[in-house]
Amino acid sequence: MVGIVSYGAHIPFYRLSRDEIAKAMGRPSMGGEKAVASYDEDSMTMAVSAARECVKGIDKEKIDALFFASTTPPYREKQCASVVAMAVDLRADVSVADFANSLRAGTNALRAAIDAVNSKSARLVLVTATDCRLGGAGSELEQIFGAGAAAILVGSEDVAAEIEGSFTYSDEFMDQWRMEEDSIVRSWETRFVRQEGYTRIMQEGVSQLMNKYGLKPEDFTKVALYGSDPRGHRDLVRLLGFDPKTQVQDPLFDGVGNTGCAFAPMIFVAALEASKAGDRILLANYGDGCDVFSFKVSDGISKIRDRRAINYYLTQKAMLPNYAAYQRIRHLITSEVTPHPKDDMFVPVLWRSRAEILSLHGSKCRNCGELQFPKQRICAYCGSKDNFEDVGFSDKKGSVFTYTIDSMAPSVNPPTVRCVVDFEGGGRMVCVMADCEPDKVAIDMPVEMIFRKLLDVENAGLHSYFWKCKPSI
Amino acid sequence: MEAIKDKVAIVGMGCTYFGDRWDKGGEDLIVEAAYEAFEDAGIEPKDIQAAWLGTLLSAGSGCGLSRPLKLGYIPVTRVENGCGTGMDAFRNACFGVASGMYDLVLALGFEKLKDFGMNILPEWFSGVNPVFRFGHSSAGDFALTAVRYFHKYGIGRETLAKIAVKNHHNGVLSPKAQLHREITIEEALNAPILAWPLGLYDCCPRTDGAAAAVLTRADMAKSFRDDYVLVKGMGVAANPGTNRVRRDYDFVHYDENVSAVKQVYEQVGIKEPFRELSLAEVHDCFTITELITYEDLGLCPRGRAKEYIDAGAFTLEGEMPVNSDGGLKCFGHPQGASGLRMIYESYNQLRGKAGARQLKNPKLGLSHNIGGLPCEGTTATIAIVGR
Repeated sequence: MVGIVSYGAHIPFYRLSRDEIAKAMGRPSMGGEKAVASYDEDSMTMAVSAARECVKGIDKEKIDALFFASTTPPYREKQCASVVAMAVDLRADVSVADFANSLRAGTNALRAAIDAVNSKSARLVLVTATDCRLGGAGSELEQIFGAGAAAILVGSEDVAAEIEGSFTYSDEFMDQWRMEEDSIVRSWETRFVRQEGYTRIMQEGVSQLMNKYGLKPEDFTKVALYGSDPRGHRDLVRLLGFDPKTQVQDPLFDGVGNTGCAFAPMIFVAALEASKAGDRILLANYGDGCDVFSFKVSDGISKIRDRRAINYYLTQKAMLPNYAAYQRIRHLITSEVTPHPKDDMFVPVLWRSRAEILSLHGSKCRNCGELQFPKQRICAYCGSKDNFEDVGFSDKKGSVFTYTIDSMAPSVNPPTVRCVVDFEGGGRMVCVMADCEPDKVAIDMPVEMIFRKLLDVENAGLHSYFWKCKPSI
Repeated sequence: MEAIKDKVAIVGMGCTYFGDRWDKGGEDLIVEAAYEAFEDAGIEPKDIQAAWLGTLLSAGSGCGLSRPLKLGYIPVTRVENGCGTGMDAFRNACFGVASGMYDLVLALGFEKLKDFGMNILPEWFSGVNPVFRFGHSSAGDFALTAVRYFHKYGIGRETLAKIAVKNHHNGVLSPKAQLHREITIEEALNAPILAWPLGLYDCCPRTDGAAAAVLTRADMAKSFRDDYVLVKGMGVAANPGTNRVRRDYDFVHYDENVSAVKQVYEQVGIKEPFRELSLAEVHDCFTITELITYEDLGLCPRGRAKEYIDAGAFTLEGEMPVNSDGGLKCFGHPQGASGLRMIYESYNQLRGKAGARQLKNPKLGLSHNIGGLPCEGTTATIAIVGR
């Protein structure tokens, strides 16, 4: 039986009230708030966060493939799945692929994962869907779009939700798009998109799935439907004959916003979080056609209740004080940052240290047993030479030994909280703290590690990623 | 191992005005310091047999000194050892003399920082992978020690403020210092925070400057002047970069300080530094660094710096004056120059030439630098000179 083995999600720490956007832009507010990726987050880091949660307690040796789906990959040319695989610390011979360019990228990847497991070409496939799209200043999309990621592990053993059936079709339709050089999403008129695009196509897809498997609307416990906007979503629910009070999984417009290709997978993850064995869940995603799936929740769901996913992240947040703060952390205004020239990232250096930088590997001395980060040639404790084994630090808990709240360190979002972290079970590292309220940082504060972006390297024209810590809550 | 004590004498020194020397280039600063030292020693540039140039990042190779001074084709070595660069140029020059290889040498350190803009220390590559040090600043790195010291010993920012107030007071009495202004504890506490808990007055400025020493064999010193000053001991210790790696490092002391000063005290025969030293110029890049250094050098017991500070022990009138010229706090920190500028203060104090800040009958003066960042590991450099 093939299905969902585990799930994870990520919603950024920062939220912006839509009233603040409305105030700044002189437009009506949609109400609610949207999740905003921090200055050190992008689609890559959010995918890593969701994926790490998803594989918690899973034997990573059995993960044979990892898919990365996004309409906002940080590179136009350069694989992202390979970076995520390093950060999640998967086997070197894992099969990786990027899915892109469509709101359906996430469910395209999910279909491919299900096919791979069905055909026995892979035991476990980790699917990540992640997006942080930008709407034009003052546009409806600016208010609607949020940032987030979902991760879904597909396999055939210990399944928490069995795939009962699926339906997919392609329907070429210009609703939202970006040209080669566009940073903001273009859109045709809302009424046209809603009527001839979203509503027609989704209605068609969901109906066809029900026809194919002989299901009726009342057969589903919960439906996780992509929504182009709140009104379109409401109308679709009514047209499909689902009870909006009991059957519809909250589409997260109020607290997160439309998260692009991650949106439907995130709503689906939220539905799984609330589900119990025997429930039937519909997942329907939209974009140049649609992907529709029916899942039957099994007993295995009880084993993955500890995942931090939508419910957890909805409670982990800090409000951005105003629109300017949003502009700053999304790099929409030019901040005065003076990078240290000595901090230039050189590609061979990044490559040579990839196990440390991307996988957060350190070393354990075979002679004295002490854990050390970064890797050493000569043991910092006993002086043994080249006598180490690799140790992963990314899943270790730690605590703050000392810290500073630094306004001098170059950052688009000062002050930088930097601290010395001592890990449970040994090892220490000095790193920046993300997603924290600086005045609440304290010695002995528990922290955990999170994969983040460092400053873009202007001259080098590349992204660099590394680990930071964040408060452990 | 033969000790360096009393083998080498300082017979001339020079020091530029430290400050924003917008109208002077690095070579101007070198000429200014060197010719003051030549004149002080009563020698001609052609008398110099070998030279050591200390600069962190303002010049490359021995030519950086030979070119402005037109020293001819004598041996010149460029020395770099972090913030102790000037002190280590002096140390290597001493070895040149003590070895018997040369009779008369020049040690000169300088830095022309103000050409580089506010926030950037360009091109000084520490060898640490830039990813692992991401998000740091100098103030932030030293602030890590302040937060931990506060936590461990229960002191607060007021104690650091007293160090800043003391050094600003001394700076007013130093004509060559950059800053000449008394400050109050309230001003220090209310200044903007740069890297918690360090505020503006906890940090030294970025400054241009140069300082130089002319050294000769002790047995030849009298032919230059009667009031020469002898080199008593020198020590250097480089941290193996383990502070960020080893969990037993406590961030409230520097092992490199302890090791370097042990070398020096053994050479000089010092048992009770607080009583035996007449003055100490210590590395106050940040006030917390001066505080921790008191303890590392044994000027007060571990964890008890606050008591000594509150009692005024390190003021000009105190039992153990520290940074009698105003320190890095008032001179700024041109890394190549600082160590030699500190020795210049001892040289003047020991000869009774320190003007309004003259101490009573000093015998031994210690100079100390700590270079680098606590997380990466620093290099401590110490010299004691005396009569």
